[in-house]
Amino acid sequence: MANVPPDLKYTREHEWAKREGGRVRVGITAFAQEQLGDVVFVELPKVGTRVRASQTFGVVESVKAVSDLFAPVSGEVVEVNANLTQKPETVNQDPYGDGWMLLVQPADAGEWDQLLTAAQYEQLIAEGGH
Amino acid sequence: MKRTPLFSAHVRAGARMVPFGGWEMPVQYRGIVEEHRTVRAAVGCFDVSHMGEFEVEGPAALPELQRLTTNDVAALEIGQVQYSLLCHPQGGIVDDLTVYRLAADRFMVTVNAGNIDKDWTHVTSHGGAARWRNASGTTGLVAVQGPRAEALVGRLADADVTRIGYYRFMQGKVAGVRTLISRTGYTGEDGFELYVDAGDAERLWTALLEAGRGDGVAPIGLGARDTLRLEMRYALYGNDIDDTTNPLEAGLGWIVKPAKGEFLGRQAIEQVRATGPARKLVGLEMTERSVPRHGYPVVKDGTTTGIVTSGSYGPSVDRYIALAYVGSAHAAVGAELGVEIRGQVKAARVVKTPFHPSRVKKG
Repeated sequence: MANVPPDLKYTREHEWAKREGGRVRVGITAFAQEQLGDVVFVELPKVGTRVRASQTFGVVESVKAVSDLFAPVSGEVVEVNANLTQKPETVNQDPYGDGWMLLVQPADAGEWDQLLTAAQYEQLIAEGGH
Repeated sequence: MKRTPLFSAHVRAGARMVPFGGWEMPVQYRGIVEEHRTVRAAVGCFDVSHMGEFEVEGPAALPELQRLTTNDVAALEIGQVQYSLLCHPQGGIVDDLTVYRLAADRFMVTVNAGNIDKDWTHVTSHGGAARWRNASGTTGLVAVQGPRAEALVGRLADADVTRIGYYRFMQGKVAGVRTLISRTGYTGEDGFELYVDAGDAERLWTALLEAGRGDGVAPIGLGARDTLRLEMRYALYGNDIDDTTNPLEAGLGWIVKPAKGEFLGRQAIEQVRATGPARKLVGLEMTERSVPRHGYPVVKDGTTTGIVTSGSYGPSVDRYIALAYVGSAHAAVGAELGVEIRGQVKAARVVKTPFHPSRVKKG
């Protein structure tokens, strides 16, 4: 079973969200990167872009597949992980750490509670991930 | 969905199985990039038992193959293999295949898995004088590819495989199994394709993976097979060539031999040769980071001039690469083009192929 850290929140599309002070760090889960296989390309928005919860903010591509990335919360992108341009495989190696994608300044604190808990997300992937 | 004789072995090895041309095949075991590197650096084993094999024999076999295929079968010695094409009368490609001369009047042809039924209808309806036998269901095929393939196969073979030249074959035993040992492949590395009875395939497969442990052998899925062949610019039927593409635009003029006489598609292909193909299959390298994929438009100065037929990250070249049909005016090495990816044009350049140097055994 894929690693699901208990202190994070999750989307049904397999992104994780982590509160850091008033901001939210975003990436994809261990389950997601396993399903994708070798990540060879990540396309992320520029700093300053406004993302909206449940809307796509970028793309992750493995050798075989193209997958949209969905924002867990709405807000302004204040930082992106530029290392993923040169080293997209970091997403496979450390999905919850160095493989992070965005840091967002949330616009609506209420959205946090809409996200899945670790237990709910574990249930989702136990059912096949859909 | 059809299964090869090695299906259970793949599942036991933890392979991810996917549908491919009507077959349930392993796309990867440990990861496509790692498997790709294993083949370039050591040795890998591929189950390609889904491919089709037809045998054709009799006094009419040679003239019939001459009429059906584009390459010159008469130039083929016993023990030699030839890359060739089946074409429609209109010049489109029915399939690409390899032709083995087993004896003066006996041949085997290996065809793509997804085309077995189509090819069988084609050869038997346009041929008929020679005796054809479809051995696809009773033949297992294992490719052993990589710089350590010769050492590995040599250790298990009862014959001296170092004497087999490129695109040559011999009959022998490998791991005690009767095998047609062919020095061919689809990776650009040295290696063999081992044809056995379907019932012996698992014994051979297991023996190769056991005996190759010290060589770093690993089973390799179709995912890495695709990235390996793409780096070599080897065409994939259904992606880069199909019933609507002609051999010259695909860059396969080198296996079309009009001097040998009449064959299906000859006139149509000669017409294209006279005027020059309107489009050409070229190698593209993305100069702006992005992954080109099958079906993406190729553009020049805002106008569509072609289409990507295969594209991926190339693990050995560490670049995003593609094969694409582009208008002949833009097909020269160095031409600056764009690939439209999710509505945005990303810069690309026509480059020399293969993308990665071939290391097949020559001579």
